[in-house]
Amino acid sequence: TMLKTRVIPCLDVADGRVVKGVNFVDLRDAGDPVEAARAYDAAGADELCFLDIHATHENRGTMFDLVTRTAEQCFMPLTVGGGVRTPEDVRALLLAGADKVSFNSAAVADPDVVARAADRFGSQCIVVAIDAKTVSPGKWEIFTHGGRKPTGIDAVAFARTVAAKGAGEILLTSMDRDGTRAGFNLPLTRAIVDAVGVPVIASGGVGTLDHLVEGVTEGGASAVLAASIFHFGEFTIGQAKEHMAAAGIPMRLA
Amino acid sequence: MLTVLVDYDSGNLHSAQKAFERMAAEVGGGAVIVTSRPEDVARADRVVLPGDGAFPACRHALGAVDGMIDALTEAVQTRAVPFMGICVGMQMLATVGREYADTAGLDWIGGEVVPIAPDDPSLKVPHMGWNDLVVEHPHPVLDGVTSGDHAYFVHSYQFRLANPADRLAHVAYGGDVTAIVAKGNVIGTQFHPEKSQATGLRMIANFLRWRP
Repeated sequence: TMLKTRVIPCLDVADGRVVKGVNFVDLRDAGDPVEAARAYDAAGADELCFLDIHATHENRGTMFDLVTRTAEQCFMPLTVGGGVRTPEDVRALLLAGADKVSFNSAAVADPDVVARAADRFGSQCIVVAIDAKTVSPGKWEIFTHGGRKPTGIDAVAFARTVAAKGAGEILLTSMDRDGTRAGFNLPLTRAIVDAVGVPVIASGGVGTLDHLVEGVTEGGASAVLAASIFHFGEFTIGQAKEHMAAAGIPMRLA
Repeated sequence: MLTVLVDYDSGNLHSAQKAFERMAAEVGGGAVIVTSRPEDVARADRVVLPGDGAFPACRHALGAVDGMIDALTEAVQTRAVPFMGICVGMQMLATVGREYADTAGLDWIGGEVVPIAPDDPSLKVPHMGWNDLVVEHPHPVLDGVTSGDHAYFVHSYQFRLANPADRLAHVAYGGDVTAIVAKGNVIGTQFHPEKSQATGLRMIANFLRWRP
């Protein structure tokens, strides 16, 4: 008996539609995030993540509606991120049915927003998403605006700061690796995992099932997040979990 | 048959409501409502107390709903209707919570709520994710649930019971962590049944059929 490593498919959503393709059999509308969420629920995903990649004020209502409809049908944990700026944004998403809400650039601009949200809703539902890029060997910097804008902030120091402010989990994306299919940035993952006492989700760069294994065995991550290897039907959630279990990682198998 | 989910402005009740509604429809469990009115608790046949966040904040918010504690006490202690506490709603059954400051709980099940302190420094807190239950005693709400079934946890504090017989199940996380408590017509889960897929839905269905 022990806590299991989580496999988390992430859906990029814009204007209420899935941006990267979801290619499963039996999906009537592959662009509908709720249908995709149901398919991942049935497939045994350990959590789901919705990322609102435009997150303008105008399309907020669409995201709330999606979260509401997903929570009505999928009785599994759901994390929502993208455009979250204030404790009021957190509250609105929690009320819609999210279990955890993720801050990104708002936490970079003002780490105290993490403390305000954690004090009000509890650390257990506050995630901070960190997008980091290698600037020199063993040195990583926070980037915002989808990896375009450098901040000069050291990623490891920032992780420590937000954990101390009450973040209950860190979603760590390597901007060097995101979309490359070359695997997680393992030294970065290990550095953040060793720096904080809260769980770390590794993200960015998964191309093979062995990459998922490495994120845990070498990176030390508590959970692995991936998008395209699942969305394009390359691997199922079940295959990923069985592969990780075969490598000796404790997994929740169907 | 009326099942009441108590709303005292503590977190998301939407998923819990939908899960209870779905299972009530499956087992003929009657109506499910979310309410902050003590008079609804007074006429309830079953009561569910959820809760997310810090113990003191939840306890204060529950106490701030005029007449709610009295209505809950009357329903659960006097009328003995089946009661389920979820997460902090389960922790508040304790005598005292020790999160931030000592805060008196409902004291329906003796014990205290203390920080999880794994004996292995590599184990992260919060205890977050799927862990497999070790069932210690049989119970009608655990019908069909066995040791090895997984539930979804997300918490930093746990219920340490005064009487170990009140613990129905635990999980291992650098030591025992209380997963389910029960005493008479009261049951509580540290995990979220409404987020624990088939295992959680089964427990909800069992609760709706439970006649203590």
